[in-house]
Amino acid sequence: MTTKTFGKRTRRLEDPDLLRGKARFVDDIHVDGMLHAAFVRSPHAHAKIVSLDTANALAMPGVHAVLTGEDLRAHALSDRLAVALPDRVYKQQRNRPILVDDETVYVGEAIAMVIADDPYVAEDAVSRVDIEFEVLPAISDCRQALSPGALNVHSDASDNLIAEFTSGYGDVNSAFAGAAHVFGESYWQHRGCAHAMECRGCLAAVDPLDHTLTLWSSTQTPLMGARLLAEMLGREEASVRVLAPDVGGGFGPKLVFYPEEAAVAIAAIVLNKPVKWIEDRREHFVSTTQERDQYWEAEIAVDDGGKILGVRGSLLHDHGAYTARGLTVPQGAVSALTLAYVVPAYRMDVKVVLTNKVPVTPVRGAGQPQGIFVMERLLDLAARTLKIDRADIRRRNLVPADAMPFKKGFVTRGGIPIVLDSGDYPACQADAVEKAGWADFPARQQAARAEGQYIGIGMANYVEGTGRGPFEQVSVKLASSGLIHVATGAAAMGQGTKTMLAQIVAEQLGGVMERVVVTTGDSAKIAMGFGGFNSRQTVMAGSSAHLAALKVRQKILQVASHLLEADAADLDIDGENVFVVGAAGMKISLRQVAKAMIGSAGFTLPGNLAPGIEATENVVIDAMTYANGCAVVEVAVDLATAAVTVTRVVFVHDGGKIINPSIVDGQIIGAIAHGIGNALYEWMGYGDDGQPLTTNLADYLLMTSTEMPPISLSHRESPTPLNPLGVKGVGESGVMPIPAAVASAVEDALSPFGVRITQVPIRPNDLAALLDKAGVVV
Amino acid sequence: MDQRRITIGVNGTSFSETVSTRTTLADFLRHQLRLTGTHLGCEHGVCGACTVLLDGRSARSCLMLAVQADGHQITTVEGLESKDGVLHPLQQAFADHHGLQCGFCTPGMLTTLVELLRDNPDPSEAEVRMAISGNLCRCTGYQSIVTATLDAAKRMRTEHPA
Repeated sequence: MTTKTFGKRTRRLEDPDLLRGKARFVDDIHVDGMLHAAFVRSPHAHAKIVSLDTANALAMPGVHAVLTGEDLRAHALSDRLAVALPDRVYKQQRNRPILVDDETVYVGEAIAMVIADDPYVAEDAVSRVDIEFEVLPAISDCRQALSPGALNVHSDASDNLIAEFTSGYGDVNSAFAGAAHVFGESYWQHRGCAHAMECRGCLAAVDPLDHTLTLWSSTQTPLMGARLLAEMLGREEASVRVLAPDVGGGFGPKLVFYPEEAAVAIAAIVLNKPVKWIEDRREHFVSTTQERDQYWEAEIAVDDGGKILGVRGSLLHDHGAYTARGLTVPQGAVSALTLAYVVPAYRMDVKVVLTNKVPVTPVRGAGQPQGIFVMERLLDLAARTLKIDRADIRRRNLVPADAMPFKKGFVTRGGIPIVLDSGDYPACQADAVEKAGWADFPARQQAARAEGQYIGIGMANYVEGTGRGPFEQVSVKLASSGLIHVATGAAAMGQGTKTMLAQIVAEQLGGVMERVVVTTGDSAKIAMGFGGFNSRQTVMAGSSAHLAALKVRQKILQVASHLLEADAADLDIDGENVFVVGAAGMKISLRQVAKAMIGSAGFTLPGNLAPGIEATENVVIDAMTYANGCAVVEVAVDLATAAVTVTRVVFVHDGGKIINPSIVDGQIIGAIAHGIGNALYEWMGYGDDGQPLTTNLADYLLMTSTEMPPISLSHRESPTPLNPLGVKGVGESGVMPIPAAVASAVEDALSPFGVRITQVPIRPNDLAALLDKAGVVV
Repeated sequence: MDQRRITIGVNGTSFSETVSTRTTLADFLRHQLRLTGTHLGCEHGVCGACTVLLDGRSARSCLMLAVQADGHQITTVEGLESKDGVLHPLQQAFADHHGLQCGFCTPGMLTTLVELLRDNPDPSEAEVRMAISGNLCRCTGYQSIVTATLDAAKRMRTEHPA
């Protein structure tokens, strides 16, 4: 089928402004008379606040106010952010205070806010707010947090267990009891921070004429923020507008509503002046949510042929000091673990543990890479011991294509059955293995070893839940200018969301994307919605946009059929005109069509049709659609320095139908980079006292251009039957298999020494210790 | 606060301004001149988003004070397109090859690469990667940036052969 825009490598609508320096990120917005906020943050991981004296700060020239929790309480119905997703398994409710005033539980927690003429002065004044602390012992390691007699993260708690649940299905004990082989290992996995290049920030202003509170925020979820703020302030929803201007990356943490957003909004009300706060990178390290440590004990039961009989184990998850989102990360980890494979019985016992550290919420992948890592490591362990090729043991266990749709034995966090909807996982792996030259690698490896070079190859499969429902609203309207206005609750943070929606809508309405004006993430422009997370927007907003565009198309053709006196079935839209197919001279512009439906006082509308040309859709899709892929990674390990270099990545990806191949490639390659960072470099360190050890980008290492290996990326397109476009989410896919595949490759490179890789990141110091232990002498 | 009068050329226009001595060049450009194309990603000189050209050489505007730029010529991302609004070949190549996603690191990438292609009109892929090794991008994985740069270099060599 030929298409006008769908499936094309178009340029992005976002780019002209971004390339010219004319985009508008939140710190680019200037409002006359605005003041600047800076936050006083806890220097202790755990302490009682004995006294707080703002007098010296207030006395500084240029300081307008110093607000504390007490001050905010007078203006809000709640002084805590109740944002946790519902779940029955919580044992403690730990909602964050907006500003804490009794007991601080992590370094970086906001205690007070200074508001001044100038951000420099505001930061000066922060150091003049005098706080007396009674320092309490802190819990930094989630394993120690559960040990008998452990001190508590919150003084009023009886222990540090915030939630406990078991995920699984089938008769695990029988599966293991009857198994020919059982293999088990312990794993430590650490993912760090998301580190969008733009930190957080927001600007609040109260309109002097209509008293509407507007909050511009670098957020992935402006509509959720608007709802929350209206509830918190006891205002009607229409009087609170939250919008995301250009957002410089999200990657997870910006989906959370933050204390600073509430505090800045309240400050703007209290002072009746616009207030801006821009987070700096150091603050980002200690106040923006992170992912962090998971400790796994896992076992796999297999038969003599390497067929999986069951997987079981336990997971200890570092939750941080508060619940800022929910149990999403550990739930994602244990859900993703078995997805790609036929695992007849499964049980994972999960303990979610409080620590005196920054709250944990999803970072790109949301726990799924960790679950995949455990499964893939177990398969490598079984393969090695049973002397089965690593690709072969996977091939024997992948969910076969003819089993689709394949119902897993468990449900999502929302109770929705997990059903793999489409895809050919074995063919996808076969593609990757073929492209990577898997079979030829041992010969290359031998040749390299003869030269003293230690190279290795590894692989990992993944299946990823995408398109989290229930819906995302989209409205499509033909404006009287002839331009097509699209508004949605979906939020853009760099993924080309506007381009994606314009491609879908333009496909139906003339094929010129530049005629489609897309507004994302503005609570004043759309009634309901969620925002950007969980690789959901193309699936959810894309589906709504498609159906709304079809309705608008139908209406345009109906109207034009009256105006042109032609049968609607003979009409088509091209560019800015509706024309009679086969008689291109018989046409009418979209502008004229739109104007006809605005109506004129006293005159009938064409064909007595309903006024206006617009449609709003909320396509509801509860079930997630599952994307899949396979990565093969090659590495070189330098025995002298214990440095690992990723030398090649082959990635075969199936995300259903592709709307814009260039955007999809960009999403996946970017996420592969993130995955390599997680595998080798990124570590958010804390001392035993809960003090963060890595609070700048020289200590915390992000991938740079010189670490990126050549990437061979290819796509399969297995359309999902779950939505009208056949699309699946892609934003997180690239990160999923990479840590597991890198670990597999490093282990392969070091196979002569029997080194086992049971952790990520694989830091040089850790690998050096493993090499020493294995008796490797350089 | 201690203040000074400075004169700085920015994108070909001369500005005489009174500035606080502790104001960084980045904040001066962004908030005093309202040229917000230059971005701040870390404010400690690692991420490279704030890179501008100072007398033609790349410099981190977060690590300089505005007063240090007194008497110098600055080029920011806003100064890369031609007077009649035609994108610089690098900007055009970034658009063609999706060399950006969120666009936050892009101004620093562009200014850094303008310098590279001026000094080395025919760089290898490795040279491009080295040139931007001090510019962090969290979105793209750098590949599309490298592809765009090599294409821009080719276009520039064709348009203005040495």
